[in-house]
Parts: sequence; structure tokens; C-alpha cells
Amino acid sequence: MNTILKKSSSFFDVYERRPGSDKLTTTYCPGCGHGVLHKLIAEALDDFGVREKTIFISPVGCSVFAYYYFHTGNVQVAHGRAPAAATGIKRAHPGSIVISYQGDGDLAAIGTAEIIHAANRGEGITVFFVNNAVYGMTGGQMAPTTLIGQKTMTTPRGRSVENDGYPIRMSEIIATLDAPVFVERVMIGDTKSTMHTRQTVRKALKLQIEKNGFSFIEVLAACPSQLKMTPSRSKLWVKEVLEKRFPLGVCKDISGEFEGRKFTRKDVKNDELHDILDLETAQVDLEKISRFQDKPINEEIKVAGFGGQGVLSLGTVLSEMGMRHNYEVSWLPSYGPEMRGGTANCSVKISKKKIGSPLVANPTILIAMNRPSLDKFENDVVSGGLIIYDDSLIDRKPVRDDVDIIPIPATKLADELGNTKAANMVIVGALITVKEIMSQQIILDSLGDVLKRKNLVELNQKAILRGAEYIKNLKK
Amino acid sequence: MAKQFLKGNEAVVKGAILAGCRAYYGYPITPASEIAHAAAMYMPLAGGTFVQAESEVAAINMVYGASAAGERVMTASSGPGISLKQEGVSYCAGAELPCVIVDIVRGGPGLGNIAPEQSDYNQVVKGGGHGNYKVLVLAPNSVQEMCDFGMLAFDLADKYRNPVYVLTDGFIGQMMEPVEFPEPVTTIPEKTWAVKGTDETTNNFITSIDLDPDDLERHNQKLQQKYAIIEEQEQRAEEYRTDDAEIVLIGYGIISRIIQTVVDELRDKGVKAGMLRPITLFPFPKKALEKLTKTTQFFLTVEMSNGQLVDDVRLLVEGRKPVHLYTRMGGNVPSTKEIHDEVMKLMRLS
Ligand SMILES: Cc1ncc(C[n+]2csc(CCOP(=O)(O)OP(=O)(O)O)c2C)c(N)n1
Repeated sequence: MNTILKKSSSFFDVYERRPGSDKLTTTYCPGCGHGVLHKLIAEALDDFGVREKTIFISPVGCSVFAYYYFHTGNVQVAHGRAPAAATGIKRAHPGSIVISYQGDGDLAAIGTAEIIHAANRGEGITVFFVNNAVYGMTGGQMAPTTLIGQKTMTTPRGRSVENDGYPIRMSEIIATLDAPVFVERVMIGDTKSTMHTRQTVRKALKLQIEKNGFSFIEVLAACPSQLKMTPSRSKLWVKEVLEKRFPLGVCKDISGEFEGRKFTRKDVKNDELHDILDLETAQVDLEKISRFQDKPINEEIKVAGFGGQGVLSLGTVLSEMGMRHNYEVSWLPSYGPEMRGGTANCSVKISKKKIGSPLVANPTILIAMNRPSLDKFENDVVSGGLIIYDDSLIDRKPVRDDVDIIPIPATKLADELGNTKAANMVIVGALITVKEIMSQQIILDSLGDVLKRKNLVELNQKAILRGAEYIKNLKK
Repeated sequence: MAKQFLKGNEAVVKGAILAGCRAYYGYPITPASEIAHAAAMYMPLAGGTFVQAESEVAAINMVYGASAAGERVMTASSGPGISLKQEGVSYCAGAELPCVIVDIVRGGPGLGNIAPEQSDYNQVVKGGGHGNYKVLVLAPNSVQEMCDFGMLAFDLADKYRNPVYVLTDGFIGQMMEPVEFPEPVTTIPEKTWAVKGTDETTNNFITSIDLDPDDLERHNQKLQQKYAIIEEQEQRAEEYRTDDAEIVLIGYGIISRIIQTVVDELRDKGVKAGMLRPITLFPFPKKALEKLTKTTQFFLTVEMSNGQLVDDVRLLVEGRKPVHLYTRMGGNVPSTKEIHDEVMKLMRLS
């Protein structure tokens, strides 16, 4: 390109951000591909009239100071993370034009995960990937794209397959993914190839402007300084050597049938948040709970059984009901792998006093729904405490003689009601009848608010009544 | 009184959304995963965005991008993931990007376990990434505070253009308690510095690089001035029965609830005990501690880490009063009895 072009208006007229006295030229070496690619991008932004909407991401590498030059919004990011930052930016402003610009160390080494996944999500961004087969910025070390036999500061005898593997072809990898719309490898070399690159840059940006499509443009470019060649020799090297390993051409193009990325953000008003966030809250009816107000209640409950017996929800129901009686309450699960398969347990505290640790080490009440739970926790129960256990499943009696013991065939009673899963609510009914710390009516009335599965409310109400009845019969 | 019963990990997300946060980027990890679950559920409904990132490294850089674009944005993780986020947090601090990071601490080092610990104190409070930076750290001790501090964190982050952590342990994240939700915030201060893809913002740029040593030193000094203002203005602590306390127990997060119970038990026995609970870990509540240093006989710091909090206590007390340490690690939470016994032992010795 021998014609002298006017400086694109997508560049600053004067590079004020550049330190030192030279505010008119770029920091790039003569013959460097970055400078040319910058121009092609700036010119396209001009022509499409999108400079103001554009946010340019400067990577770590020789183009770290792209923000000296582009008169667009600018964000400089950590090494390799441009596609991740681009994701955050584009989703904040889906209507903006986001350019993620990266070198081969940045994109194909340290940032491999970020580019693959941004591409795979099909973020509505345009990626320009400058492959110059070397780390320019840090002084000429091996890049993932360095050629076999190529000497760099860290491959002083030439890159060897045995030690370093092969030069990685990113465009081909990206093209295997479903979401990318347009993937092409181009070159900055002779006039002809550069003019083609110009077309490709424009096509990629247009795709974002019109359809928010993800495109990935790999640009083979020279780094004369690190290749230790003259600018013209290095261009020749790109064409005659680099291109052999990295064939030019379109790797993927579905821009014709691509209908556009459908990513939108709803406009939600503050007064809608209450419903959206499920902030429905429980009301406490002080009159109905007045008879519990003077009791010095301080229960520490351990609920334990198999996963699937509803142990955790037994605990949440008790605590939520406690909350509706104006007690201080807390619930803590035994979380993580411990819960899978084996026994599940949770700690529930219901108290008139502020609750310290939510963990129950020495329960005042143990609810054991299977044998391992009884074995594990029986000895922890405080003297004078209570053990409620499901004697339809547990084949031994507790041995403690300093605690109250109540066997209840919860599973059998639930089966009679038609659903084994209601065994936990049979126990709730039994417990509040033994302990008289809550109103049965309040529990029955608010069960619908507490249970997630609304179709089970009626069954669970019956189960609570059945548990209560069982205890009353025992007392007779 | 109207309350909802929910997990700490859910409350922090609801609080964040009420505070105007509309973007969540994160990677799952126990015991913080319910934060991602809740964000995945509610962010899109509230007009926001949720991405399960490919790693914590990616997640924090998505946060960086969203914050640069002017969004109120959050992420969450636990120890191993926080280690990975440190790179991005340093960049956020350097570029002065506000964001909120929730750390539900688990047992370490390495993969450790998923039980509660407080061993991320140093890596969070001391700014675990590279460079001369600090982050604000809020330490909730209840589900209510997970909501409240989730909101407060965004105000502080925007006010100081700085990352803010909500640091707590697996118990506070996993447990359920009643919460009263406040009203949503109505006005979020305009971020004129952000890059928004608009004509007015094309002169804005977000960066942390500055090759000129003098310029970068000036930037660092400016940051230190900001941290000094934060230290002056944002110290928060809760004192419990400290008025006439001769023994002051110090602890944050779940520990503060346990030692509060211990204080009551000791008082019942006639022992003049009190509690100092740091609510902000940076800034460390120096003013409150300084005052107590004059009146107490000794301090006992209780933590679920190897003496990380106690370093800050000792730095301030400077040997004027004995500062003792009681620790549990590996996911064990000390019982009230253990702490009680420790106090009695120290009293016999002193
Ligand atoms: C985490 C991290 N590791 C290493 C570096 C040092 N570093 C700066 S640029 C660079 C390589 C850049 O090479 P490339 O992406 O090929 O871009 P080029 O300079 O060739 O344009 C490296 C390793 C860094 N800044 N951050």
C-alpha cells in the first residue's frame, strides 16, 4: 500500500496517552504486523460508523498499549484473559461492539481456556489473533505457534517436537466448535494478502454489528525484531515459511444461515423484585402463640437418617415453624459428600435466646430415622434429653437409661397413609405433641407456605395428625 | 415482623440483587455452590446475567470486564478458587474497579476439605495477589448479615472504586436462619469513568499498566491514600459486654457467635468477660481494640486458622497486654466448653 492515507478517525489524532515526547507514531517496530492490523480495524470502525459504540480490549503483549491509539472505549486486561473480560463487557452492554485483540502467547498459551470457552459460548465479540510465532513483548521466547526448528530465546537449538510438541493451529480448533460463526486465517504480507485481510476484518466486524456473531480472525504477521530480519525479509518469511504450517483460508463460515445471537437483558423495575426474588415472608400471629411465650425453650435437635428420608426437610420444617412462633432458630446441614448415599443429618436449634453456634454436638432431642444414626448419635444426647426413633426401621432399642425414649413406627404409619416419604412429618407431629413447644394448628396452617412441593401438603398434614394421634394414644 | 428462612449462601445473592447487582460470574465449589445456584436462578429473572465460567480465573476476569463496563457485579468461591482469583483481584485493585467477591472458607491447604475454616484470612485480608493493594473485607456472622453485607459491599465498592470481599465460613454459608429483607436500592451512583460503548465514554480507559516508575509510584501513593481514608472511616466492630470486661475474647464470623455464648456463661459465673468481634477485617477495627487494650487484663483470640487474625491483634496491642490464641483447624469448630476451659486455664495462670 503505497498511497498515504489520512489517519483514521478511530485513532486519536495525537497519542496523548503515550509517555515521552513522541505523540504521533506508534510504539510498534517497522514491519510489525500489529500496526497494519490496527489500521485495518480503525478504518473499518470509521466506515461502519461504530467508533463510539466500540470497546477495544488491549491484551498483554506488544499490543498492550492499543489504548494509546484507538479513540474508542478501552479496557486493558490481564495476560490471556481478554475473552473473559470481553464476556463481562459485552453482556453489560449487548449493543456495544467489543473487540478482543490478542497475541499468540496471550491467546494460545496462557489464555487457551478463556478463548475456547468464549468461542464455545458464542459471545457476540470479534477476536483478532495475531500469530507472529514468537513472544514479542518479553524478548523473543517460544510461542505455542513457534515452528519446529525455529530458534527463539527459549529454544536456542530450535523448537523440538520431543521437548515442545507441535505448533498449535488455533483457527482449526476454534472451527470445530458449534457457536463460532466465522473463522478465517489471513496474513499481513504483500499488498494482495493485506487487502484480503482488510476484507476479512470488515466482514468479521460487520457480523458483530449486524448479528452479534462470534468471529475469530487469525492474522499471520511478522515480528522483524525477534526474527532478527529486515521488515521485507520477515514478510517474505511469513509467506514462505509460516504459511506452510498455518494455511490461509476460511476454516468455518456459517454467517449466511446464522440468524443472530439472541442475548437480551430484561428491563426489570424495582417493584417487581419482591416477586422475582421470592421475598414472601412469614407473618407471626402473636395472639396465637401467646401460650408459648413464657416457656424457657432451648432445644438442640439432631435429625439423622438415610438420604432420601426427608431428614433435612424435617429439620427445615421444624425451624421454619419455630420462626413462626417467634423463637430464635437455626438449621445446619451436614453438607457435601457426607450426604451422598450414607447418612444425612442436620442440626436444628430452637430457642428463646440468641443462638451461638448452629452446630448441635449434644442434642437435647435426637431424631433417629435409621440404625446407623442411632448408633452414631445415641451417646451424644444430653442426660435428661429425648430420643425419638423409628422403630419400624431400627431393630434395636436405645440403651441409655438417663433419657426419655419414644419409639414410633413412623415409616409404617406413613406407608399406611400411602407414601413412605411422609414419615418425617409423622415425626414432626409426634415431637410437637410430646414437647408442646409449638401450636399444631399453626403448623398445619402454614405447611403450604413451607413445603416446596405443594401437591404433598395434604398428605403431610395427615402425617402430622397421625404422629400426634399416635403419641396421644401412647399417653393414654 | 416478617421474615424468610433461608441459607446464608442464598441470602447474599438476594441482598446483592436488592443492591442493584445484575451480573454473576463464577465457578462451582463446595461450600459456596448455592451462591451460584441462587444467582443462576435469580439474575436472569431480575434482568441480569449469569455465566458459569470455565474457571475462577476466567470468572474474576469476567467480573473485571463487567465492572469496567460499569455494572454492579459479583463472584463467589471458596479457598481453592479464591487462590485462582487472586490474579484478577490484583488487576481490579490496580485498575480501581469495584466488585464484590464472596469467600465461603473451607478447610485447607490444598484440596483440604469442605468443612468450615477461617484459613483464608491472610490471603484475603492481606490482599493475596501481587502489588501494593488492599481490599475491604466484611465478615458476616449470620444469614441476616449475609444479606445486609451483601448490599453494603456494593456501596463500599463503588464508593472507593475497590474490590470488597464478604468473607465467612462454611457454616454461615450453609446454615439457614430467618432474614428480614430491606427495600431495594433506588439509586446507584453514576459511574462516569466506566466504558459503556457510548460516545461520552470513548475517552475512558481502564488499565493497570504504567511503565513510568514515577507515574506508577504516584498511582500507588494515591491508592495508599485511599486505603488510609478507608482505615479512618470504615472500621466496624461489635462489642459485647466489654464495658467492665477484664478478659476480652476476639473472634469473627461463626466464632463470634460461639464466644458470645461463652461470655454469657462466664458472666454467670462472675467472670468479667467480654467480646470484640471485628466486622471489617480490613480495615481492622483498631479504634475499638485500642480502647479495650487500656481496660482489659488480657485478650484471647479464637480462630479456625493457625493464628492469622491474632497477628493483627498483636500488631496493635504491641505487647501492652497478653494476647493469647486458641485455634482449631481442619474443619473443626471449637465448642463453647473448649473455649470456656481455655479462659479458666488462662485465668489460673495470670
Ligand atoms: C501472568 C503473566 N505471565 C507472564 C507475563 C509476561 N508476558 C508479557 S507479554 C508475554 C508474551 C506475549 O506474547 P504474544 O501474546 O505472542 O504477543 P506479542 O508480544 O508477540 O504481540 C509474556 C509472557 C505477564 N505479563 N503476565
